[in-house]
Amino acid sequence: MKKNSLLSKLISAPHIVWAAIFIVVPLVMVVYYAFTDRNGDFTVENIKAMGYYTYVNVFLRSLWYGIIVTVICLVIAYPFAYVISNLAPKTQGTMVMLIMLPMWMSLLLRTYSIMALISDTGIINSFLEAVGIGRIKMINTPFAVILGMVYDFLPFMILPVYSAMTKMDVSLIETAYDLGANKRNVFLKVIIPLSRSGIVSGATMVFVPSVSTFFISQRLGGSKTALIGEIIESLFVKNNNPHLGSAISLVLMVLILICMFVMNRFGDEEEGAVMI
Amino acid sequence: MKRIVAVLISVIVALSAFISASAEDDDFDYLREASAPLKGTQLNVYNWGEYIADGKDGAADVNAIFEEITGIKINYTTYDTNEDMYTKLKSGGTSYDIVIPSDYMIARLIEEDMVQKLDFSHIPHYSNILDEYKNLYFDPDNEYSVPYNVGMIGVIYDTTKVDPEDVGSWDLMWNSKYKGSILQYNNPRDAFATAQFLLGIDVNSTSTDDWDRAYSKLVEQKPLVQAYVADEVFSKMESGEAAIASYYVGDFLLMSEVNENLDFYFPKEGTNVFVDSVCIPNSAKNKTAAELYIDFLLTSEIALENAEYICYASPNRTVVENEDYSLKGNEYIYPTEEPITEYYHNFNSDMNNMMSDRWNSLKLEGSSNLSTYIGIGSVAALAVIWFIVVKIRKAKRNKYYEQV
Repeated sequence: MKKNSLLSKLISAPHIVWAAIFIVVPLVMVVYYAFTDRNGDFTVENIKAMGYYTYVNVFLRSLWYGIIVTVICLVIAYPFAYVISNLAPKTQGTMVMLIMLPMWMSLLLRTYSIMALISDTGIINSFLEAVGIGRIKMINTPFAVILGMVYDFLPFMILPVYSAMTKMDVSLIETAYDLGANKRNVFLKVIIPLSRSGIVSGATMVFVPSVSTFFISQRLGGSKTALIGEIIESLFVKNNNPHLGSAISLVLMVLILICMFVMNRFGDEEEGAVMI
Repeated sequence: MKRIVAVLISVIVALSAFISASAEDDDFDYLREASAPLKGTQLNVYNWGEYIADGKDGAADVNAIFEEITGIKINYTTYDTNEDMYTKLKSGGTSYDIVIPSDYMIARLIEEDMVQKLDFSHIPHYSNILDEYKNLYFDPDNEYSVPYNVGMIGVIYDTTKVDPEDVGSWDLMWNSKYKGSILQYNNPRDAFATAQFLLGIDVNSTSTDDWDRAYSKLVEQKPLVQAYVADEVFSKMESGEAAIASYYVGDFLLMSEVNENLDFYFPKEGTNVFVDSVCIPNSAKNKTAAELYIDFLLTSEIALENAEYICYASPNRTVVENEDYSLKGNEYIYPTEEPITEYYHNFNSDMNNMMSDRWNSLKLEGSSNLSTYIGIGSVAALAVIWFIVVKIRKAKRNKYYEQV
């Protein structure tokens, strides 16, 4: 098929229209709002406001939480994906379905169920008290926020890593053994480099939503330590200030792009560019 | 003398109840007649969530009754905050025929010319509205709005956890005895108001100084606060997770049905009162139908259904005086001793920005940023080291290949 044949144009048309309406237009609007004030005049005040102590700190904290969540997810997901990819194909299908299962439920519902588990009068604490250990303060702490994010975003890490591992060429691993590599070296020098693309795309898919989430920090953190998503939400919804909200979103997007660029460098350094 | 007055008043009350009761019979005849030409048209109603009797819990389905009588189709959607509603209306994507904002938001809508004057000749049941809810500050000549519900804010507390001696004032929410059991509003206006009432500052003050003082008070409160909440307050108070919260009196009644240990008071320093009123936006496409709908909401039967379902105070005389009204004379929503109350007024955008800036900083207070700095710093350092190591390794390898 020729690259620009009528058929290929027709096939890609819905996607292009979709992308134009739902990706390009909102982006343009965000940029427009970020650089205008209430009267629609051009201003850079909104962007300048990012320099304030408050916003710098909220940005840093959100990024930091995102990094923590990504690392924890990776630590949990990597061995897990490795184990699954070594199972019999039939069992693999079941396992993957089990990972997907929670994603069939709404994120809100899952967050509420975590609330029910870890709240002061919740299931875990009632159990701990009955056993005699006593209640542990869990909800409304940073721990709860990170727990919620890890729980909600873990499948986004497992699935890409798992698919990278199943695509791995087994003969390369066999060759490594044949050439005298021990288990540790095979893992470090063959398996990890080969699954790097999966790690990078998984890390992106966990990092980006966890930096910008507002619902989880609101419900599980009790809104006591605001993350950037929550500030943006409140600027749009509660303060009717979409201009500052858009400016923050824009800066956040740039920051996330920078982070993704850095992460991509980890991925492409040996086997060519990995696009996400 | 007092007794005579009381007797007189009760006679008048009984009489007026009788009159309105007799007027009731032809209520819907008027509606049926007036709506005949509008049959088959559509009415877009935009209301708060859970703010109309909708057939659940044994209540009547108010919208369905209207549709049945008039043949006008209702397209019913809901919002969570005045600001949501405002944003939606301002953006102009959809047109609404009916909105039900609160007082200060109505003031803003009128100021920005977003709502239109009502034709009261289509709203004969407006006479059911109590005089005290006419000509309110946000609509002094009563041209744009018809009161729907009246509410007040107060403090809800758990009688099993809170010492009766501590209640009565806003300072219960600052009482360190109850550290970790206090819920504060997760919206700036209401949260600041709790501090402002406690400090005796006008909630409509535009002086930065006043807001700074209220801010320091909220900072002082933060370590005691369990969480900043909106509708989560229901589950947290009902389950006993929290002991003290400031919320709307109507919602307290709903909570106390689940957890009977809860009690409520109006703080002695004063509190916020609000009136949610029905308005017709400028963008309305079916104005006459909207006015008929407003009239329909004011009829004694429908107003009673709504008052029973929503549990807010009704501004409708026929409801308040109705013997069958289960909340008649309820000490919480119709307190005999009027608490000191104040309306919120509309702020301009500078004031709103000032408020939200302070609110955002409040969210950062009290938590150390040091661990964040160290964390981000070490991750950045690790990334740099990694790149250097990789570069060196590559250079070495290339050198090796060259040698080979």
